Amino acid sequence: MTKLLTYSFLLFCFLLTACSDEGTEEYVNKPTAQPLEIPPLFAQLIINPVIPFDNPQTIEGIALGKKLFFDPILSANNTQACATCHNPQNAFTDSSQFSVGIDGNLGIRNSMPLFNLAWNYDEQFFWDGRSFSLEHQALVPVEDPVEMHNTWETVISRLQQHPEYPNLFSAAFGDGIINKEKATKAIAQFERTLISANSKFDNYLLGLVELSPQETNGLNIFMDEDRGDCFHCHGNPNNPLWTDNMFHNNGLDATITDIGLGAFTGDPADNGKFKSPSLRNLKYTAPFMHDGRFASLDDVINHYSEGLKNSPTIDPLMKKVAQGGVQLTNQDKADLKAFLLSLSDASFVNNPDFRN
Amino acid sequence: MKKIISIFVLALVIFSCGKDNDDNLTPAQPQVAVTFKFTHNWDGTTVNSSNLQTEVVTNANGEIMNMTRLRYLVSRFILTNENGDSFNFDGYKFTNLADESTYNFVPENNGIPAGTYSLKFIWGFNELDNIDGAHPDLNSASWNWPAMLGGGYHFLQFDGMYNVNTTPLPYNFHNGTALVSADVFEQNFAQITLPSSLEITNNATIEVKMNIAEFFKNPNTWDLNVLDTSLMPNYDAQKMIQANVQSVFSLGTITQ
Ligand code: HEC
Ligand code: HEC
Repeated sequence: MTKLLTYSFLLFCFLLTACSDEGTEEYVNKPTAQPLEIPPLFAQLIINPVIPFDNPQTIEGIALGKKLFFDPILSANNTQACATCHNPQNAFTDSSQFSVGIDGNLGIRNSMPLFNLAWNYDEQFFWDGRSFSLEHQALVPVEDPVEMHNTWETVISRLQQHPEYPNLFSAAFGDGIINKEKATKAIAQFERTLISANSKFDNYLLGLVELSPQETNGLNIFMDEDRGDCFHCHGNPNNPLWTDNMFHNNGLDATITDIGLGAFTGDPADNGKFKSPSLRNLKYTAPFMHDGRFASLDDVINHYSEGLKNSPTIDPLMKKVAQGGVQLTNQDKADLKAFLLSLSDASFVNNPDFRN
Repeated sequence: MKKIISIFVLALVIFSCGKDNDDNLTPAQPQVAVTFKFTHNWDGTTVNSSNLQTEVVTNANGEIMNMTRLRYLVSRFILTNENGDSFNFDGYKFTNLADESTYNFVPENNGIPAGTYSLKFIWGFNELDNIDGAHPDLNSASWNWPAMLGGGYHFLQFDGMYNVNTTPLPYNFHNGTALVSADVFEQNFAQITLPSSLEITNNATIEVKMNIAEFFKNPNTWDLNVLDTSLMPNYDAQKMIQANVQSVFSLGTITQ
């Protein structure tokens, strides 16, 4: 008897949900699904990107996110957009060492390029990984006093009074109030479309072009534990992200001032660790490192070759720290650089879909 | 509509019938599921995500050392009973000591009769599995072994500092395919056979213990002062690790 009751109850629930599903369909303004186009190389080699179940990609969501990303309306004095510090021509970073906020103040970190972010499987964003998920990250710059120095309250009321935004929000998320959750969801959707997978090296892996002898030698240096040994942190031909998205101390300073990951985790063993950046698009993303200390790729290569500084949390993969680095010859340095540049993707920085 | 209801009820009935199997209504050959739980220690001192980076240990050769990162790969688990019947489990296990969610391995095809078993598995990948770029989850973890060294995947990545009491120096204790000479490679996996017999009566969690110190013990007493970094292209070092891994694993407790 109890079984019969349970079944009837379950059946009732089942019917109830079935009905309510049909009921809502008529009222909701349904955005059109626009799943990410996963590049064939990524589909073949690495696991699927992270798309939060409560923020699927839609045409309307992406369009709204793009408009917000390029709109200075997000900053207190209407002068600065996300794109000011994340410029498409620079693979969505900027060319200053530290970005200038709306009040003319400098931040303490170098802006970060934005691409292939949906493949950051651990979803730890910023140099020190302190923001979990793109949706949460996008909340931060708006209120950061050295960036857009605004409040979300102000942003929302401006968007509500705007001639276009209310309709765009309804199209993307259905009717109802505009709020910061919807705004950051839209921005995150747009950011997830920023996919870079069309460098010379990608096309080499696809069998479409040949590498020059110099680039080939550069790859060998990159992969050789006796020479560059870069692949343990920065990907390899089977990991087209060209980063491990993990945190390391790569020997920049003997005395660490910006403790990076350590400030977020509270663990002194993490002091001086920062997220390994992707090596894609280096042609467009100078200056380099979390504090933008290196103006050129040559400076970076010289750092790994003879400029390493020891400190208690230095990564053991910086194995030649006692000799200052991996001691590359001038020829090897030039070849390594040629290989690194083969990871740059001109079609990404020129993509009209990513322009205002 | 009636159809939907009957399908739904049918589904419920089938589902509830399936569940009954667990209640041992068919005592003849109950199928039990096994989970492998890997624990890690240094000569008896537990090492896990909370003390990996802080534990200071001494190896067989007397060097005082710490550990920054330890990840490893094992595959092809096989349980063999006293009749000689073997049950092979699909999949492989990639463990990152910094991430405790990777310590357990629940094979997908899982169900063996109760009985007495011995456990075998492969250290790393054998030649059938060690295919360059073939495993997207491992590629995503940048677990690849360079093509110039034969390609495929790392079996072990163990990094840290030794001589931490005097002048700390890095070690990169990595294991994978061995390079004999340019473009000539040698398989370097190891078949691990755990001697003790396992009495499995019910759904069981089998503890496999890794004693990290054994990597440095026997048959080769490892001298980090001589062999610390750039071990990947070093044939002898690769073969010594392969030999030393034989005593690294042992059976722990079975919970069922
Ligand atoms: C004033 C310049 C500036 C503005 C404006 C700005 N950013 Fe940034 N962005 C930065 C800097 C600097 C960092 C690195 C900060 C850090 O790590 O502490 C960063 C980091 C990020 C990251 C992390 C990327 C990663 O791989 O971890 C994302 C995503 C991002 N910004 C998105 C945005 C969005 C979206 C906006 C607009 C809402 C925005 N930024 C506005 C300068 C800026
Ligand atoms: C131990 C891991 C590790 C190894 C090995 C390593 N890197 Fe890095 N790399 C990092 C980290 C972490 C950063 C960011 C450090 C920071 O900003 O504090 C970085 C930064 C860089 C940057 C700057 C990118 C940017 O956008 O700012 C380049 C270029 C680079 N590395 C190239 C290389 C090359 C070439 C090699 C081999 C010679 C190499 N790396 C080896 C971890 C590593």
